[in-house]
Amino acid sequence: MYEFNYHRPTSLAEASKLLAGAADGKFVAGGQTLLPTLKQRLAAPSDLIDLGGIAELQGIKVDGGSVSIGAGTRHGVVAKSAEVAKAIPALAKLAGGIGDAQVRNMGTIGGSLANNDPAADYPAAVLGLNATIHTNKRTIAADDYFKGMFETALEDGEIIVKVTFPIPKRAGYVKFPNPASRYVMVGAMVAETASGIRVAINGAAPCVFRHKEMEAALAKSFSADALKGIKTDPKTMNNDIHASAEYRAHLVGVIAKRAVLAAG
Amino acid sequence: MTELGSIGKSVRRKEDYRFITGQGHYTDDINRPGQAHAYFLRSPHAFARIKSIDISAASAKPGVVAIYTGKDMAADKVGGLICGWTVKGKDGQPHKAPRHDAIAVECVRHVGDQVAVVIAETYAQAKDAAEAIEVDYEVLKPAIDLRDALKPGAPQVHADAPGNLCYDWDFGDKAATDAAFAKAAHVTRVELLNNRLSPNPMEPRSAVAEYDRGTDMTTVYVTSQNPHVLRLILCAFVFGLPEHKVRVVAPDVGGGFGSKIFNYPEETVAFWAARKLRRPVKWTSDRSEAFLTDAHGRDHYTIAHLAMDKDGKFLGLKVDTLANMGAYLSTFASAVPTYLYALLLAGQYTTPAIYAEVKAVFTNTAPVDAYRGAGRPEATYVVERIVEAAARELKLDPAELRRRNFIAADAFPYQTPVACVYDSGQYALTLSEAQKMIDYAGFPARKAASAKQGKLRGIGISCYIEACGIAPSAVVGSLGAGVGLWESAKIRFNPTGSVCVYTGSHSHGQGHETTFAQLVSDKLGVPIDQVEVVHGDTAQIPMGMGTYGSRSLAVGGSAISKAADKLIEKGKKIAAHLMEASPADVSYGNGVFSVAGTDKSVPMAAVAFTAYVPHNYPADLEPGFEETAFYDPANFTFPSGCHIAEVEIDPDTGITKIANWVAVDDFGNVINPMIVEGQVHGGIAQGVGQALLEGVVYDTESGQLLTGSFLDYTMPRADDLPSYNVAMTHTPCPHNPLGVKGCGEAGAIAAPAALMNAITDALGTEAIQMPATPLKVWQTIQSHKPALAAE
Repeated sequence: MYEFNYHRPTSLAEASKLLAGAADGKFVAGGQTLLPTLKQRLAAPSDLIDLGGIAELQGIKVDGGSVSIGAGTRHGVVAKSAEVAKAIPALAKLAGGIGDAQVRNMGTIGGSLANNDPAADYPAAVLGLNATIHTNKRTIAADDYFKGMFETALEDGEIIVKVTFPIPKRAGYVKFPNPASRYVMVGAMVAETASGIRVAINGAAPCVFRHKEMEAALAKSFSADALKGIKTDPKTMNNDIHASAEYRAHLVGVIAKRAVLAAG
Repeated sequence: MTELGSIGKSVRRKEDYRFITGQGHYTDDINRPGQAHAYFLRSPHAFARIKSIDISAASAKPGVVAIYTGKDMAADKVGGLICGWTVKGKDGQPHKAPRHDAIAVECVRHVGDQVAVVIAETYAQAKDAAEAIEVDYEVLKPAIDLRDALKPGAPQVHADAPGNLCYDWDFGDKAATDAAFAKAAHVTRVELLNNRLSPNPMEPRSAVAEYDRGTDMTTVYVTSQNPHVLRLILCAFVFGLPEHKVRVVAPDVGGGFGSKIFNYPEETVAFWAARKLRRPVKWTSDRSEAFLTDAHGRDHYTIAHLAMDKDGKFLGLKVDTLANMGAYLSTFASAVPTYLYALLLAGQYTTPAIYAEVKAVFTNTAPVDAYRGAGRPEATYVVERIVEAAARELKLDPAELRRRNFIAADAFPYQTPVACVYDSGQYALTLSEAQKMIDYAGFPARKAASAKQGKLRGIGISCYIEACGIAPSAVVGSLGAGVGLWESAKIRFNPTGSVCVYTGSHSHGQGHETTFAQLVSDKLGVPIDQVEVVHGDTAQIPMGMGTYGSRSLAVGGSAISKAADKLIEKGKKIAAHLMEASPADVSYGNGVFSVAGTDKSVPMAAVAFTAYVPHNYPADLEPGFEETAFYDPANFTFPSGCHIAEVEIDPDTGITKIANWVAVDDFGNVINPMIVEGQVHGGIAQGVGQALLEGVVYDTESGQLLTGSFLDYTMPRADDLPSYNVAMTHTPCPHNPLGVKGCGEAGAIAAPAALMNAITDALGTEAIQMPATPLKVWQTIQSHKPALAAE
């Protein structure tokens, strides 16, 4: 790890100001990706601005039709929230399956979404449940947010404040973890929402994506059988020593079916 | 007061209090006054010529004490690292052992090879400065793949090892084996990859070296399994120093699995630099360095043929193996795919003719050496996979085929065609016990039930044998070993009756402090909590050979037993004097000396006290109560057993679930069943890791390590492992005083074949290699379409 200046602002305005004033500043939330990167000397920011002291980023609120989760809320808090478990059980389950207990006690939903690791869990929840990302500047629809591998619609200095999940009629999340890292190798969030059926696939491709063919099939019949015969193009899939593109494409079908079953 | 007679009881481990409460004292916990820190600049290339190294900018960085390259070590005439076992090839010539400099001089030969060392006031400063070293490389095309490295035109790792060949070795009777194949009714062929493994002990390697100008003594604290062997290598081969001026201390060591047997470059450099700089130098590996530079294990490619008569009786076995040595010949690398491998190819069977050929190959990868089992897992994997495949081809029950070929329980000692004389064993018994435990007869019904769920179920047997208790010195000497493989022990009674045991064995997780204390407690009648086991410090213990090859109890324990016998003999003389009897009339048992036919008795503690306060003492007897013994085994020990794995495969995902695992092992007599079971559990975990999960992968073009962290190298986790059903039979070893055989490696030896036999049974094809990851299982299902694949 190289040396850096550490700041812990208590307001969004202060955080933005600190970033603007830094030569090469970076926000840090739970630090579950950034800190290992720093330890490996793969990044050398001049300043780290810790968002953990900003009260506005904390907390979970469930009202009427949605679950709102502050960006600084740790995975473990979401996983253990009785309110979340009641409103969107698949979301609580997803949060409870991220990393290990230590990761869940540090990692935050905002950090995960800002990083947009293709093998992260939360992107599938946001895209599959049609969530809205609220930042310190605007709101961004899930469909407009994920731009590519580690790329999002966030602009420089933009901070995620909270994420609002409309409560679906039903939803299921299943993942096939990478045998070594236990990150997502193929995951699927399948949901019946007010705006229709959504199938978000994570882990498999460079970026989380909606499987439109599956959505159309499930719209006709919300059953695992409805997905029979639907193929995913291996050319769009990631390929590494743990899973070939063909295997991932195959697993997309298997895991999506299991997500449908999990949705009930 | 602890009760006596603890042998055979699961006494809680004495050492666990400090380990569990975080009070263990490991090498990295040691800090010496004035200590500087070393950081190694490592090669980013698999193969490159070093054109120049510019340390000027780096030397000016804050805190830098010194920066050294290979040329600096060469200027000080530091010797290269050695291989301690010379294997002679078919041509009678010794193996090729190209020079292995602790820091590369002209060429780097694997990613992670040492290019320079920075010594600075802090570790961070050393690391910062290393980044400022400028190295100009001429990058060369590397030889990475084992088979490709032997092809004509392959890049040459060492100029003095033409064709990348370290040796071309054979063993066994070729003519007899050819004759056996000529009359065979059936021949089974298998092609097997034994995957390369990263040892990954929890504690990374570390060394703290210190030179005392006043006494001219160099002390190195180091993560070693065998401190005296390391001292011998450093003194006699690398530095040319007298041994009495070098002290090697291996304090608490957090796992080794073989990888801490060897002499490594980093500790050698720390040793040299501490002397040169006259200040202590510390180096500790980080996890990334461990992946790159800890000696890997296994990495064989084998084609084997088994010849049988019409009834499935084994007639002959031919084995042709390529073994990857990596870029340099590590300390015992040469012996692993030869004498620790081919000599075990008879397995538990009467196969009368065996012939093995092994080519050892240099590649631009990390050195490969002994890893838990060392050669014997490779042998068991070949034998038990080919036997299983043969049974399938002959449409025989694999258990039945094994029974037809077992060495009978009354046939011992049994001379195999590959040099070993097996001392004892009950192979049919361990197999039938294991079959009972797993309800072998009920398997077809369970397979049918799985099929109904769309799952593929398989069962696999592994009847392993290993040669442990390494080893009779004369035997290994005749095979090229550079050392004797006896063990030492010294037992010292203190005047008030407590005992210190100094052992040449080294404990790095095995629980010696408990097992050896049980042994001494039982023999000498001293409560376990009054026995201290001291190991790992050349300044304290007698010359010892260390721990590997499941030898500690069979060899080290036998030495302790001998030393205890000497104490009892001396004690009889003292007791006889105290009881005014003839030593011939004194008997000893349960810590008490007594005179037969009288009520006279003297406890051991009184005898010990008398020896140190000899006011009333035999005139011709030396005072003191301390004895040393060395034990050189008469033969290897041959632990054996049977593991059976049952798996269920989800054809949709390729995930293999271990449905059941039974192990029936025969380690002879057992001192602490809990510790033995723990060793079996750990061994199976590593075997399951090898068969299902682990595998070092290099990019075959660039030689970059693709599995350089736990993100990509799949270590077994608790939820990857089954709940084990472990049982034992006890056929005592007839030639050591304890009747023990050794248990540390058995699980890792037995498990891979059991699991792969189960997986290939489920898939209905032999065409899958370790590790059987979900990807590979799924791909195999796609290409072979077993009867029940769901979609």
